[in-house]
Amino acid sequence: MSKESFAVPEENYYTKDHEWALVEENIVTVGITTFAQNQLGEVVYVELPDEGSKVSQNEDFGVIESVKAASDLIAPVSGTITEVNSSLTEDPSLINDDPMNQGWLIRVEMDTEKELANLIRASEYRKFIEKK
Amino acid sequence: MENSDSKSSAYVPQKTALYEAHKKAQGQIVDFSGWLLPIRYTSITKEHKQVRNHVGLFDVSHMGDIRIKGSQALETLQWLTSNDVSELTAGRAQYNLFISKDGYIVDDLIIYCLEQNNDYLLCVNASNTQKDFDWISKNNKGANLVNESDKWSLLALQGPKASALLSQVFKQKDWCNTNTFDVYLLDFQGSEIIVARTGYTGEWGVEIFIANHKALALWEILEKKGAQPTGLGARDTLRLEMKFSLYGHEIDENTHPYEAGLGWVVKANKKDFLGKKALARLAEAQKTNPQRKLVGFKLLDRAIPRQGYKCLDNAGQEIGLVTSGTMSPTLGEGVGIGYVKPEHSKIGSEFLLSIRGRQTRAIVVKTPFINL
Repeated sequence: MSKESFAVPEENYYTKDHEWALVEENIVTVGITTFAQNQLGEVVYVELPDEGSKVSQNEDFGVIESVKAASDLIAPVSGTITEVNSSLTEDPSLINDDPMNQGWLIRVEMDTEKELANLIRASEYRKFIEKK
Repeated sequence: MENSDSKSSAYVPQKTALYEAHKKAQGQIVDFSGWLLPIRYTSITKEHKQVRNHVGLFDVSHMGDIRIKGSQALETLQWLTSNDVSELTAGRAQYNLFISKDGYIVDDLIIYCLEQNNDYLLCVNASNTQKDFDWISKNNKGANLVNESDKWSLLALQGPKASALLSQVFKQKDWCNTNTFDVYLLDFQGSEIIVARTGYTGEWGVEIFIANHKALALWEILEKKGAQPTGLGARDTLRLEMKFSLYGHEIDENTHPYEAGLGWVVKANKKDFLGKKALARLAEAQKTNPQRKLVGFKLLDRAIPRQGYKCLDNAGQEIGLVTSGTMSPTLGEGVGIGYVKPEHSKIGSEFLLSIRGRQTRAIVVKTPFINL
């Protein structure tokens, strides 16, 4: 799969840990990017925190596992989890099939907009994965 | 900030003769013990199931090959290993262990007998090749010793359909009537190859030693006949389902055969060999006062065990350590291998795994994990 074909929608924020963050008012939906799921291979298990728990920017909030290895999920923003994608318990492969949409992981009520300054935008993320 | 650029100009990972074939088949290449090899082509689960149900083709050319010849070859091997190499006639192979003076495992290996007493090919773990060669050199009883790792490529063909496929390519043998650990010398396009009934998957299969310049031709023929390229990721899940040990996980320089369930590889009555006395003491200790035992276990809660996870009892006390673990593609459950204190080692014993601070339930099960 050529890197050019990895979807990197403009409206999202991104991190160098290959997460995407869609900001709608103060609610941020978080997932891993198409590039990330391709690198990971088949996702067989996802561990996500409970609704109501707190996450901190740059700290791990869960784990995503392929057959081969476990990878930490890193929170792009600090806040309180309002929703967790429960479909992933039964069907973790959603992350491979539709990582940017139906494979979303958590929704976070953001503590402060200021933290968005630490994230990158689509063009910078595209450049980042091109180098990999 | 992570710096992923290697500043060392001396380190260059090696490529096998099949590297271009892996790229062509869209293999996801990783650095594996200094070798560029595919962890998968499509998906580990898919490739794993193909081996269990049809036939898979592996490039394991990174394994080390050590040739030992001459009138002192057998004596040298007998001195350094736990199994009885004199049992091997030409055309037979055996699983064996290099044992240290203190009875611990230096490496596990397969010894292929090409000529009884006089000519043996050893296949050792890739990461231990130099260590093993130096080890044999240091303890050599006068045998002719050559590191032939650069000379051989190694292909593994494994799966229930492997014998039928092999029969199409090598018609001169009745493959269905061969035995595990048989070794055959055959011709392939004018080059002598070694075809052995060995493997690391639990399925019917062969491993083929072939000159590097012929490896690609053989790979392509087998692929054309229907063998599916299979990566190292599936190789690991396949061996794990069989509870085959992997050096660096279940066995290492701090483990002895008896705690690892490899007592059967020790021929205690063999004439004096390195570590013989120590092994006898360790055997007795494992019988009367075992410290730990290697067991296979399944997870009762949805999770995946991994090397290094701690095993706990119900009071939260540490009782062991996971040596290998994965999501079993055949079973769809988390399965693992690990060392636990003997009182927790009976089949049906339950214990806990500490996974990222959470306690997950596990149960000791009979192994292999799957029925073939």
